[in-house]
Amino acid sequence: MLAKKGVNPPSFRKTGTTIVGLVFQYGVILGADTRATEGPIVCDKNCEKIHYMAPNIYCCGAGTAADTEAVTDMVSSQLQLHRYHTGRESRVVTALTLLKRHLFNYQGYVSAALVLGGVDVTGPHLHTIYPHGSTDTLPFATMGSGSLAAMAVFESKYKEGLTRNEGIKLVTEAICSGIFNDLGSGSNVDVCVITKGGKEYLRNHLQPNPRTYTNSKGYSFPKKTEVLLTKIIPLKEKVEIIEGGDAMEE
Amino acid sequence: MTKQQANWSPYDNNGGSCVAIAGADYCVIAADTRMSTGYNILTREYSKICKLADKCVMASSGFQADVKALQKQLAARHLIYQHQHNKQMSCPAMAQLLSNTLYYKRFFPYYSFNVLGGLDNEGKGCVFTYDAVGSYEKVGYSSQGSGSTLITPFLDNQLKSPSPLLLSVQDAVTPLVEAEAIDLVKTVFASASERDIYTGDKIEIVVVNATGIRREYMELRKD
Repeated sequence: MLAKKGVNPPSFRKTGTTIVGLVFQYGVILGADTRATEGPIVCDKNCEKIHYMAPNIYCCGAGTAADTEAVTDMVSSQLQLHRYHTGRESRVVTALTLLKRHLFNYQGYVSAALVLGGVDVTGPHLHTIYPHGSTDTLPFATMGSGSLAAMAVFESKYKEGLTRNEGIKLVTEAICSGIFNDLGSGSNVDVCVITKGGKEYLRNHLQPNPRTYTNSKGYSFPKKTEVLLTKIIPLKEKVEIIEGGDAMEE
Repeated sequence: MTKQQANWSPYDNNGGSCVAIAGADYCVIAADTRMSTGYNILTREYSKICKLADKCVMASSGFQADVKALQKQLAARHLIYQHQHNKQMSCPAMAQLLSNTLYYKRFFPYYSFNVLGGLDNEGKGCVFTYDAVGSYEKVGYSSQGSGSTLITPFLDNQLKSPSPLLLSVQDAVTPLVEAEAIDLVKTVFASASERDIYTGDKIEIVVVNATGIRREYMELRKD
């Protein structure tokens, strides 16, 4: 309604984003870019999009940054309580169900598109979760504005039974495809490898976008704001202050 | 049944930024070479800079189809001028022509944000800045396009006199030397491409001075 009068609601921070996941020989590998945007402006050049859920489960998030942070933190806490309650390692399907129930309840208003991956007693799992609450179980997946660029790479080069290094290389290539071809994604590549033995969070695994030009001499900025006018108006006292004596007494 | 609004627009925004800085005996005009639409890149090597006359160069960002049409129109008008007056148009004359051409389409505008740069009749650098419908002003420096909100405050800080209240704004040609101005332009674009998704790939820098017109390039972030 306000938009008609020319007042627009503030644009929230969306992550633009390319996030991917794939299943390899011994587990899952997740990947993400690190650019956060507010409309056409980059507000964070190196943010973290791979969120911790459990020691054996990680989740990449695309969509509104506040929503992905909040929903992953919330489910991560719920999983920890569940671990205490059951005395067992968390399962990926548990995280999946908690997330999809929450998102469905909010009918798509919680704008979080997630790639959830982990390894538990039942084996390696990879799922995608959409803002309205639907889920898919896949051997390789991409989400975000750069998902088409990344999926093009996966569809060309993915095969079953990849080794760890092949998997990391493929994930990196897919994220790079998103970084260079999608304007909503950029900066660095984060990778997370999860296996039965443990997890390896490779923050800034690749940094293909250094600053292109820095002036050797640097720039100076005038230290003070210039004084335009000096005018002193002494304030009149409203209350007479009596030094010494008891203030309450006459 | 509520009234349906038109959902086809004749315009598109191909993004990008342009900058021009005037010096005592030179003028630097620069623009990035990325052409995009929505979240996609159409090409990384598109020139937004056009030479209109011997000492007059224009850089335009916005809708490149309209920009191309505008450049064609100006080139044709310049040819007619040359036939009638037996000389090239000066930069201030071209500035007025551009303004009139833009206002001619006041009610279906060229979606083109222009900066015109060159040398005036005395060989001093001059920069003219425009809006989409032809309002223009001679200034010492200017920036247009998607990165202009990031670039202009920095140029104000480095090139402008302390405060317009203290010193009247008689357009200042910058006291900087040509090499320093080019350095400033490179820094400004490197910074803009860090924070603006539509600016990047390469900068094309054109320098107009007494010896002629020179072109150079610099790489920018490609993400």
